[in-house]
Amino acid sequence: MSESTARDIRDAIARGSLSAVDVCRACLQHIEQVEPRLHAFLTVAPELAMRRAAELDARARAGERLPLLGVPLAIKDNICTRGIRTTAGSRILEAFDPPYDATVVARLEAAGAVIVGKTNCDEFAMGSSTENSAYGASRNPWAPDRTPGGSSGGSAVAVASRAVPIALGSDTGGSVRQPAALCGVVGMKPSYGRVSRYGLIAFASSLDQIGPFSRTAFDAALLLNVIAGHDPADSTAARQPVPDFTAALTGDIRGLRVGVVRSMLDEGVDVDVSRGVRDALEVLRSRGATLVDVTLPHARFAIPVYYLIATAEASSNLARYDGVRYGFRAPRTDEDEADLRTMYEHTRAEGFGAEVKRRIMLGTYVLSAGYYEAYYLKAQQVRTLIRRDYDAAFDRVDVIATPTSPTAAFKLGERIHDPLQMYLADVFTVSAPLAGLPAISIPCGFTPDRLPVGLQLVGRMWDEETILRAGDAYERDTTWWRERPAII
Amino acid sequence: MAAGFTKTDVERLANLARLALTDEEKTLFARQLDSILQYAEQVCQLDTSGVAATLHVLDRQPADRPDEVRPSLTETQALANAPEPAVAEGLFKVPRVLGG
Repeated sequence: MSESTARDIRDAIARGSLSAVDVCRACLQHIEQVEPRLHAFLTVAPELAMRRAAELDARARAGERLPLLGVPLAIKDNICTRGIRTTAGSRILEAFDPPYDATVVARLEAAGAVIVGKTNCDEFAMGSSTENSAYGASRNPWAPDRTPGGSSGGSAVAVASRAVPIALGSDTGGSVRQPAALCGVVGMKPSYGRVSRYGLIAFASSLDQIGPFSRTAFDAALLLNVIAGHDPADSTAARQPVPDFTAALTGDIRGLRVGVVRSMLDEGVDVDVSRGVRDALEVLRSRGATLVDVTLPHARFAIPVYYLIATAEASSNLARYDGVRYGFRAPRTDEDEADLRTMYEHTRAEGFGAEVKRRIMLGTYVLSAGYYEAYYLKAQQVRTLIRRDYDAAFDRVDVIATPTSPTAAFKLGERIHDPLQMYLADVFTVSAPLAGLPAISIPCGFTPDRLPVGLQLVGRMWDEETILRAGDAYERDTTWWRERPAII
Repeated sequence: MAAGFTKTDVERLANLARLALTDEEKTLFARQLDSILQYAEQVCQLDTSGVAATLHVLDRQPADRPDEVRPSLTETQALANAPEPAVAEGLFKVPRVLGG
């Protein structure tokens, strides 16, 4: 059953050949088995999940049909779940019990999904390896001494290790797509505004977007169908019509124009990653797509632009953690004057980890008097140039293909002491969110060490359908997505 | 511009951001922020005269909605996660703000 997709499970429950309770029990047993070696979860909610599965079985027997009825699902721990603690991977929210559900959680429950737990992530989604989690790093199921990527590493591990068929993550600069690539699963960042951010713990509000993890493009489409759409509680959740994304998966990509940025296939890219992506392009071509060379001249500025903008927004968003209304408060010490300001400073010093402190300070710096124009405003102008590059490229092509990550999974501990090296892991993923564009990572092979490689497809604004169709078409001609890590 | 990001700069920022840092942290962050800012300098070299800033990517203004009363958190819910709630008074307790 662990090889079943969300679609398989839903259909089997609808036919009556499986029960939601059986599926949920098997899922929880599987988690119990692999969790000690992988640490994908921060919280598992077995009682809640089993109770809910039983309810759903009753509804299924009564003839009710829902898009995810009885499908177990894991949720990144920076998405609020009422009744299940939500930490964002931070000590400062260690005991935070959200008084409300994120809109995506409410929609998933209405669609019949069963939330089995909350997944590990870099603190406040800041990182590319899960090593910034206050609760310890997750491990890559393909090589447990390596990172699963981040920040949504726990969700990627949960899906890759077959604990759950689908999961939610959040992507600000690549936090869904990069761990998906490093763990050999599908991960997608929808267009900015496609999915409500209400209840997503804010990191960089002009970039953050919730996205699906799955093993197939079909399941990603199925999950996106449920979570997409306008939400009165989030003014940036656009009033854009939501198509049935699964209907776009026709397998027909004849005439599809795939843009290829030649420099992104070679420069600074591991040779095995480069080979995997080139082979994938040939698969798309043999199915009728046309490869077209395009350039994105300002893409090389995407990392600095991203880190200037994202940290500025983060320094402002994280000002709310002050030890007053919710979260951790530093205990008073003898030498404290015990005034409000001292409490703030100690709460934040003890509650935040090193990377969060670095980003808050970097963001404070770029927003401070004398540096605002030189850094923050400048970065926003270059963001415009990056968007224009994409606009020009999309005049000539329908999707743009790149590697998702320049390397396969790196070793735990390898980059954690060099923040800048860690930032460079995001070199191919940061520009799509800067432009607001949808992008997907699809498994496209392995290195000789049997580490997964991901192909990234970036689409036009609001055109998730085309990247999903291309990803699904690619899956029909390949078997990478069926490969299982030896650990399970 | 960022050349020689110092411990004093870190202290200034930590003060603005309300972060109590240890001496080791100040030294480490000064070095790390210096190298990140030097890397970011490449953006400052680009000519962007006349280029509009992108604050966000949405091309439509959010639509107005009717100003209607909707359910929100109760006082108990709002206080439930507070480190020091004053439940009977319906307040968040904080350390002294002005001189005692």
